Amino acid sequence: MRDTQTAAPVLQSENVLELRHVSASYRDGKQSKDVLHDISLEVHSNEILGLVGESGCGKSTLSKVILGFVKPDQGEILHYTQMPQMIFQDPYSSLNPKKKISWILEEPLRMQKVPKAKRKERVLKMAQKVGLLPEQINRYPGELSGGQRQRVGIAAALIQGSRFIIADEPVSALDVTIQKQIMELMISLQQELNLSILFISHDLNVIYQMCDRVLVMKDGRIIESADTEELFTHPKAEYTKELLSASLDS
Amino acid sequence: MKAKKKSKNITLILGGCIFAGMLLFLLVGLVGTPYDPDAMNGGLKFAAPSLSHPFGCDHFGRDVFSRVLEGTGTTFFVAAATLLLGGGIGILIGAFTGYFGGWIDEVLMRVNDAIVSFPNILLALVLISIFGPGKYNVILALGIVFIPSFARMTRSEFLSQKEMDYVKSARLMGVSHLRIIFVHILPNTIPTLLSMAAIGFNNAVLAEAGMSFLGIGVQPPDASLGRMLSEAQAYLMTAPWCAIFPGLAVILLALGVSLLGDGIQQKGGV
Repeated sequence: MRDTQTAAPVLQSENVLELRHVSASYRDGKQSKDVLHDISLEVHSNEILGLVGESGCGKSTLSKVILGFVKPDQGEILHYTQMPQMIFQDPYSSLNPKKKISWILEEPLRMQKVPKAKRKERVLKMAQKVGLLPEQINRYPGELSGGQRQRVGIAAALIQGSRFIIADEPVSALDVTIQKQIMELMISLQQELNLSILFISHDLNVIYQMCDRVLVMKDGRIIESADTEELFTHPKAEYTKELLSASLDS
Repeated sequence: MKAKKKSKNITLILGGCIFAGMLLFLLVGLVGTPYDPDAMNGGLKFAAPSLSHPFGCDHFGRDVFSRVLEGTGTTFFVAAATLLLGGGIGILIGAFTGYFGGWIDEVLMRVNDAIVSFPNILLALVLISIFGPGKYNVILALGIVFIPSFARMTRSEFLSQKEMDYVKSARLMGVSHLRIIFVHILPNTIPTLLSMAAIGFNNAVLAEAGMSFLGIGVQPPDASLGRMLSEAQAYLMTAPWCAIFPGLAVILLALGVSLLGDGIQQKGGV
């Protein structure tokens, strides 16, 4: 039997998301290509769950399935909170280049029919929370650095009040020093706002610093699941050991 | 970097100046012309340019300056209306097909291909032979001919834009498809669409001139630049001013808009 899910069962109310035996495929012309096989996972509330694997292993497809952009062929997806929001890898394409930061941050509130004065107030508050200066929100995305843009991305994901965030490689497009700042910001926000974060990355060092638990993905399957300490000290799956030694080399 | 930016602005400024000049000229024509553009005067037949008739007079003794003023207005109106009709419908079709895709996209794009396979001016001529000649029918015919190119360009812009993460992000936040199309994506396609509009405007100016030249466009006694060129053709050697001034107006109008379009495109980035 394949080692798919070893996490201890928890009460439903403690989860923000459950996936049960989810499979998904892409149709590529006439062929359909399987990308997810029998994925079961739980995201507990108030935790940062890491999802690690090489590019092409199905991590991003998994996030698309969770968000409803890709329909699964089989299985159940159970959301226990409002739809998760997303922090994207590329802070250049995730912000509309023709709109000011203030407009981008107000848009989610417009969707919630928040009155104008209140929107301005909440945008300022959220900008402060993610470390943006008030004058920066009157700029266009092109006038901000990568790290500042990613702060905007985080603010946009949080401003509707969503407390479950999917972060798809949120720091891998950034310089190492900026990476560190953004990771620290995410950790402090997670603690302050009791966020649940599904943190997708190919970088084990980042995963180690960020996550409470880790899922290891390979070829569309979850092959190992453990607490971060446990995974890094006593990896079980052969593939996890390979990943670990490869990341030590670099 | 800085020098590059400067050279870009020159195109924009030059185009803007020429275009503004033509627009001013056109507005003057709307306010009033020195002579009635349609008033004939046998005594002034082929009168050479002079102080009282700066552009001379034509074969009916009509004041060419007044007629160029009126003709510029007509030509501009036809071109702008054509652009509004063809561009408007084309952009709508392109935006929806590019954004939603699916079988409607397939069908509309094949229809598009079919229309594009005819030469533009030929198709316009066919349509005119169905609708009959006249200013408004020229607008209708040219407008229809213009739809496919705008639809195709807008569609390809939307195809690439809809894959951007900002669109995904907007969807997650609960923004409706219509709002994403018009408020989120459309502003990002404006630099491309504007340069497209500049080319389209020029094509419309030239097509109107061409069709009026062939006698199926603007009907006499209305003046349009193409109509004037057509009438002046026979007297090119004896009264060249009848052709030179309307020709110059066509060139300046086309040049101004084309430079303006280039300038806007360069300013808007790659």
